[in-house]
Amino acid sequence: MTSFNAKRVRADIPQLNRRIFDHPITYLDTSSTSLQPNAVIDAMSRYYQLRHANVHRAVYQTASEATAAYEGAREHVARFINAPGGAGEIVFTKNATESFNLLAKSWGAANLTSKDVVLVTQMEHHANIVPWFQLRDQTGVEVRFIPVTDDYRLDLSNLDELMKGVKLLSVTGMSNVLGTINPIEELARIAHRRGALIAVDGAQSVAHSPSDVAALDIDFLIFTGHKMLGPTGIGVFWTREEILASMPPFLGGGGMIADVRLDGYVAAEGPTGFEAGTPPIAEAVGLGAAVLYLEGLGLSNVVHHEHALAADALTRLNLEFDGRVRVIGPPDMTDRGGVISLDVEGVHPHDVAQVLDQFGVCVRPGHHCAKPLMRRFGLAATVRASYGPYSLAKDTDVLLEALSHAVKMFG
Amino acid sequence: MSNLDDLYREIILDHYRSPRNRGELESPPAIRVEGFNPLCGDEIVVYLEVEDNVLKNIKMTGTGCSISQSSASLMSAAVKGKPLEQVREIVATFKQLMTVHESTLAHDDEPAKVDLRALGELAALQGVVKFPVRIKCATLSWNTMMQGLDEVA
Repeated sequence: MTSFNAKRVRADIPQLNRRIFDHPITYLDTSSTSLQPNAVIDAMSRYYQLRHANVHRAVYQTASEATAAYEGAREHVARFINAPGGAGEIVFTKNATESFNLLAKSWGAANLTSKDVVLVTQMEHHANIVPWFQLRDQTGVEVRFIPVTDDYRLDLSNLDELMKGVKLLSVTGMSNVLGTINPIEELARIAHRRGALIAVDGAQSVAHSPSDVAALDIDFLIFTGHKMLGPTGIGVFWTREEILASMPPFLGGGGMIADVRLDGYVAAEGPTGFEAGTPPIAEAVGLGAAVLYLEGLGLSNVVHHEHALAADALTRLNLEFDGRVRVIGPPDMTDRGGVISLDVEGVHPHDVAQVLDQFGVCVRPGHHCAKPLMRRFGLAATVRASYGPYSLAKDTDVLLEALSHAVKMFG
Repeated sequence: MSNLDDLYREIILDHYRSPRNRGELESPPAIRVEGFNPLCGDEIVVYLEVEDNVLKNIKMTGTGCSISQSSASLMSAAVKGKPLEQVREIVATFKQLMTVHESTLAHDDEPAKVDLRALGELAALQGVVKFPVRIKCATLSWNTMMQGLDEVA
């Protein structure tokens, strides 16, 4: 724990040297996308500069280096989430949204009929809602929601009833709006006891809380590279080997086949069977570097650091604005991460964010792709600040100063 | 802060705090049109009362940021009671004001070539063009009103 130093992390991230309107940048939008350390940028550059070639195809030296780098990234990711079957259980996609589409349109289409239910929650990102509605249009599967309490937690009081007929429980590890961390281990136990599988949206949680799929005993884990210090354009779909082997192919084309004849095709086995076309090689290499970087920092150190910052921010937000700034999410750090949504009385989130921008503060205004959750709390939008391993207490100082300016300006 | 003051001029804040022509009109006879900005969740409902090619009355309800709300309020004040032909001219001039020119972004001092005097108070919205992501906020009510007027034509 003593070895972690956010200032050293900052020194690795070139974008943090930027000045915005003559202020140093205050980056508080890690939930939306994290910043990249040089280790990630350099790994991608080196791939393009020295060993760019297509993977799994040619026999020349750089082609085998590219394949080794791509497959090496798969191994890093498998280790990071402790996939019991190793790299053979890791499918690379474009992002978490594509991973959810893979889940719904491959596993879902093969396993969920009009007699079945997929149970999601009211705090899901649209990525874990819309593909299920699309599947419902196709197969008639029922999409059911676990409600959210006034305390910004999943309402599990009626779970026994809600679980009736459920074949898949699909739930976020951490809300991208509220910061709420959900009891995944407990939900996995309940799902399995009822004969259902459980999928976890790890987009917000993998870089901000430990995600050991074996310890959590889950069946699917979905996340994206660019929210964990990696690049955009690379997502991950993990499931246990036997489930992956049972899933029909998703996108068709080159790369995903074992054989093609005039009368049909045979899909490749393992992850490649789900990776049609030339994959995002540089992005996979970048993601592998991000995993190594996070492992170097120590995920528990990162979690500890971000939680301390968020705890301090929550205390100060509650103290300094006479109730004019309301936190939309749990009030303390119990089962909560460093994502803080705010409602500023009488000031629209877009106006708040615009004023903050003038102080160099990067936050996200909007519905955060979670409209059912916003409606639940009667809001159109919130302003969201989120912390990363490179965040400092000073970032909160600037945030609060800019917020008080916004409150005054529109007050 | 100069950029920000340019965006949030006093007239804009005034129209945001005390919006003109808020409310509803009985529909029918009034035309009722809804507008949405899916990016930020802003919603607006515009009620239009047209008689003899004159926009006799306009009312609006909805929620949104200071730019969308003040733009709606300024618009209502500018078009209320005007012949439709003149309303369309005001809309065209305003749309021109909201057009991003590369030069506008590159050189802060070079104004868009629009007759600002013809726009009156609406000219206060010209600062928006320096914040391209906010242009949709400013134009929401205008597009919604035009959708309604197109129904008359």
